[in-house]
Amino acid sequence: MADSIFRKLRDGGEEGELAPALTIEETVASPFALDVSCYLLANLSSSILAGKSKSEGLVLVTFSRSPSFYLQFLKQKGIFVSSSSKWIRVLDCYTDPLGWIDQPSPGVITEGSSLIKLHKCVSDLKRLFSSIIEAGREMVGDGKTRFSVAIDSVNELLRHSSMPLVSGLLTDLRSHAQVSSLFWSLNTDLHQEKVTNALEYISTMKANLEPFCPSSDGKRNALENLFLVHQDFGKGQFHIRFKLRKGRVRVMSEEYHVDQTGINFSPISSVETIIAATKSLIPKVHFNLQLSEKERVEKEKVVLPFEHQDHGKSTEIYDGRRTLADGKTEATPLSSGELQADVVSSGKGGEIIYFRDSDDEHPDSDEDPDDDLDI
Amino acid sequence: MDRSVNLLDLALGLDEPSPLRGKVVLIEDCVETSGSFVLHQMMKRLLSPHSSDSLIFLAFARPFSHYDRVLRKLGCNLATQKTNNRLVFVDMLMMKCSDNESGVAKLFREIQGTVGKLRSVTNSNITVMVDDMSLLEIAATNSNSDHVLDFLHYCHTLTSESNCSVVTLNHEDIYSSMERPAYLLQMVCLADIVIKAEPLASGLANDVHGQLTVVNKGMISSKSGKGSSRNKLQNFQFRIKENGIEYFYPGCSRN
Repeated sequence: MADSIFRKLRDGGEEGELAPALTIEETVASPFALDVSCYLLANLSSSILAGKSKSEGLVLVTFSRSPSFYLQFLKQKGIFVSSSSKWIRVLDCYTDPLGWIDQPSPGVITEGSSLIKLHKCVSDLKRLFSSIIEAGREMVGDGKTRFSVAIDSVNELLRHSSMPLVSGLLTDLRSHAQVSSLFWSLNTDLHQEKVTNALEYISTMKANLEPFCPSSDGKRNALENLFLVHQDFGKGQFHIRFKLRKGRVRVMSEEYHVDQTGINFSPISSVETIIAATKSLIPKVHFNLQLSEKERVEKEKVVLPFEHQDHGKSTEIYDGRRTLADGKTEATPLSSGELQADVVSSGKGGEIIYFRDSDDEHPDSDEDPDDDLDI
Repeated sequence: MDRSVNLLDLALGLDEPSPLRGKVVLIEDCVETSGSFVLHQMMKRLLSPHSSDSLIFLAFARPFSHYDRVLRKLGCNLATQKTNNRLVFVDMLMMKCSDNESGVAKLFREIQGTVGKLRSVTNSNITVMVDDMSLLEIAATNSNSDHVLDFLHYCHTLTSESNCSVVTLNHEDIYSSMERPAYLLQMVCLADIVIKAEPLASGLANDVHGQLTVVNKGMISSKSGKGSSRNKLQNFQFRIKENGIEYFYPGCSRN
């Protein structure tokens, strides 16, 4: 299913339509948007190089990691980027976003200066927009050829500029005739819900990462959520929501697993995996909170008082008022839920008619036993 | 020569060579349980004779004499390390940051300069340690938490450009009110490893002084192998002794 997002980004939009846009949402407890971005980056790059994509270039705008991180990652995936590569441009908003550094430090790549451009003023979004378009046109020219735009994270943008301005930038990019597709990532725990909603409105696809044991209870608990995750928290569910043109929404889900090489996707395994993961939430105490299978079977076998198995012979019940020799009482045999009016009374004394009124109640059930009182 | 490796070392991956290189470590503590001991332990490991790492220490909370005394009890002589240029101690209590953002920017440029100078003489890991981030906000008068986050972002750039490590201490309870949860979360998001020091759920105890939770997020790594430290969460308890710290799992006998 993650493939389907990649295909939509690769194929771009129709003429006259806004470019397809993807929001990748992560949380503090499932911080893997970077891995998803890298996955898409690698796939898009391969398809551009193979000539299979509608776009002929890619502009990568980096905020949360250095350009060399992404170039190194692409190299690991077999995609080599050099200063003479004509299909990719990197706008570096990570190294010096606020212009604090007067000169570039020795570590910054200065060779192939057209490949990586340092962008020093992230709060000026108009300038950022023009830099992105300029970088794209450097690769594909001014005509009808298109390029894709990848923004690794909008968290920093939202810290320095207001949400309307950031939405404006993204919408402007989508509206530009030469932008074929666009994606960005966002950490929903860092921003108010209205910000997340606003960005979802302007995207045609939304992907979100959810750990297996979600317990989101509002932002204030996001930090606690991180420390409540399962010991090995590189796994979870990946949900994708597509907004189709006519207004329908299609939702798909799969599982993700993160390791040293990146993120991997697989179809949702049985529900048991999720249950097994959530079972670990039961507190570990020194007594059993649940019945084992054997105990459950034994419990089923117990014959309750006043219920007798129909062996055809009467059973004596001692009710404390007469001796066992006198008086026999035969109660009606019952199977659960069925009533059989077959009362036989013999001997002195009363009879006990027992109708089981409900099924066996589970332990720790929330049922209030007084619910059936008619007061 | 045998360095015994404790639970904290294992959680941080300190049994491997230079595991913190290029990583940001955030230590969170609270009033009930101070996390300074984690800083001291890391200082001791970094400045041990078995490694050649360097340390730039930004001290906002206490003077040099305090750390000297504490580390001496742990078997580490800070004065000697200063002379050897393995330790650069920046006493922020004596310095005054000028008003507004440029104060924080200037501080960063100084750190960057120091890193550059150290980098020209050594290829080993350089760690920048800050004690602590909440006092940075106060020291740079008229700055606010946004400037502190900017500063942290720029320190993060040092991890990729100069392959340094950054270790910061922050007090979680100061910022955990409803108005400021995002500030703490921003710091947690920026960090690769988060170490949280907190009291036991059952309260004070004589023989267990608190618990540590270490979340090691890791990253896509260009180094092959050593894959076990990504996305791991570990929780264990500790006891602060006169000359060191003991770490152990809950209910286990101490080693």
